[in-house]
Amino acid sequence: MIELRGVRKRFERHVVLDGVDFTVNDGETVALLGPSGTGKSVLLKHIIGLIRPDAGDVRVDGLSVPQLGRTELAALRRRVGYAFQTGALFDSVSVFENVRLGIGEESSYRNASYCRDRVAECLRLVNLPQEAGRLMPNELSGGMRKRVGIARAIAGNPKYLLYDEPTSGLDPVNADVMDALIGRLQQELKVTSVVVSHDVRGSFRVANRIALLHQGRIRAVGTPEDFMAAKDAVVQEFLERDFQAAEAEE
Amino acid sequence: MDRLPRTTAELPIPVNAARTVAKPVLLAVRHVGRIGMLVLELARALPEWRIWLPRTVEQTLAVGYGSLGIVLLTAAFAGGVTALQAGYQFTYNVPLYIVGSLVAESIILELGPVLTGLLLAGRIGARYAAELGTMRVTEQIDALESLGRNPASHLLLPRVLAGMVALPALVIFADATGVLAGWLAAKQSVGITNADFVYGTRAFFRPFDLWYSLLKALAFGTVLTIIPCYVGFTAKQGAEGVGRATTTAVVMSCVFILLLDLVLAKLLLPA
Repeated sequence: MIELRGVRKRFERHVVLDGVDFTVNDGETVALLGPSGTGKSVLLKHIIGLIRPDAGDVRVDGLSVPQLGRTELAALRRRVGYAFQTGALFDSVSVFENVRLGIGEESSYRNASYCRDRVAECLRLVNLPQEAGRLMPNELSGGMRKRVGIARAIAGNPKYLLYDEPTSGLDPVNADVMDALIGRLQQELKVTSVVVSHDVRGSFRVANRIALLHQGRIRAVGTPEDFMAAKDAVVQEFLERDFQAAEAEE
Repeated sequence: MDRLPRTTAELPIPVNAARTVAKPVLLAVRHVGRIGMLVLELARALPEWRIWLPRTVEQTLAVGYGSLGIVLLTAAFAGGVTALQAGYQFTYNVPLYIVGSLVAESIILELGPVLTGLLLAGRIGARYAAELGTMRVTEQIDALESLGRNPASHLLLPRVLAGMVALPALVIFADATGVLAGWLAAKQSVGITNADFVYGTRAFFRPFDLWYSLLKALAFGTVLTIIPCYVGFTAKQGAEGVGRATTTAVVMSCVFILLLDLVLAKLLLPA
């Protein structure tokens, strides 16, 4: 289980998170929505200790992330897969090596045949052929980079998967493919997922619960049905804006 | 009672002046502290030799082979020019064998290590700062950490060790080339005999001079890798930040090389 309690974070004078309370139960997929620049990615980075909160606590499996030492934090990170918004692939090594670096267990990482099989399996899970392993990151399209990023995130058999804007920058067709991929990974790997997004329709497709981050706090949280039926003016405004944008696109 | 000042402009002049002085000092102290932490991280990464060793070999070969041509060229010119200037100054004034001594000592004690250090500060410092800065702003370093891997053993230690190994090796070649070029230039320009040049070279030579040259190279190799690694690793704000990091890395490396040159000369060379 992932729990954030009263998390506050500011960068110089800009308050990004202002007392966030947020829980993700084992086995569920929670979509964290909000307009760009509201601190969704910052919140996600708190979960794996890439950013430390100014106040409050972040707990993963009961462990307080800000209190963990180097070794414990590294061990925790190996249980959490993080798919970055742009893929964040290591551009000096091949796709194969990128995915291989996701294998956290040192003995497995050194086992060549295990790595070969595991990388092929992870590429298959994200709908990429085994031959893609030979490519360099600069030879990939934006969508492929994101999928390789996800393959790297799942290579270590994580318990949790964190997606940072998985559909941003993708055309509608590829965004749908990505949503389907997230759903399939959830079913096949039985992971607990947090999907940070500003894509409302995609989030409704993949998530069991939806949360809206607004002005540094969780404004609303509930099932997609609860969320749609919410009377909160901020939630309604956010949904209306998304639907208007969708209509304009069509 | 008067109201309290609301902006710094309303503060008394001495307070504002103190703030102006204190700010860069505090910033410098903060950077020094962070570099200290980085060095500590590097030391803690040493047991992870299975990760950093192959990467260090790769980096050392890239730094060494990649820089050898320009280092030898620079050393040759430095040796040649030193011989020509020595000939110009000493002809008819002092015995010509002094040219041999001057060329060898200038190259070994000063020009070999310092010119090689400055060259590599530009070549390797810029590269390291740009590589690591780009990795930072494109979240590749975050990605590495998110995988439970240590950026110190994967990225930083191999680069620093490569500089510490490659620079002394390059300086040995630079010293040899510089002296050789100086010898040839002196023969051509002032007509010094081989025997005189060798005599002059040996007359004032002490084995410590070679150690001093290598020690300087080691110190410069450390500085010109740690500073760019630190600056690149902490880069911010996209492409502009990477550009700024690269410039800062080169300038700071050059300044620290010259500063170290002075400090080492003062500490290690008896007057």
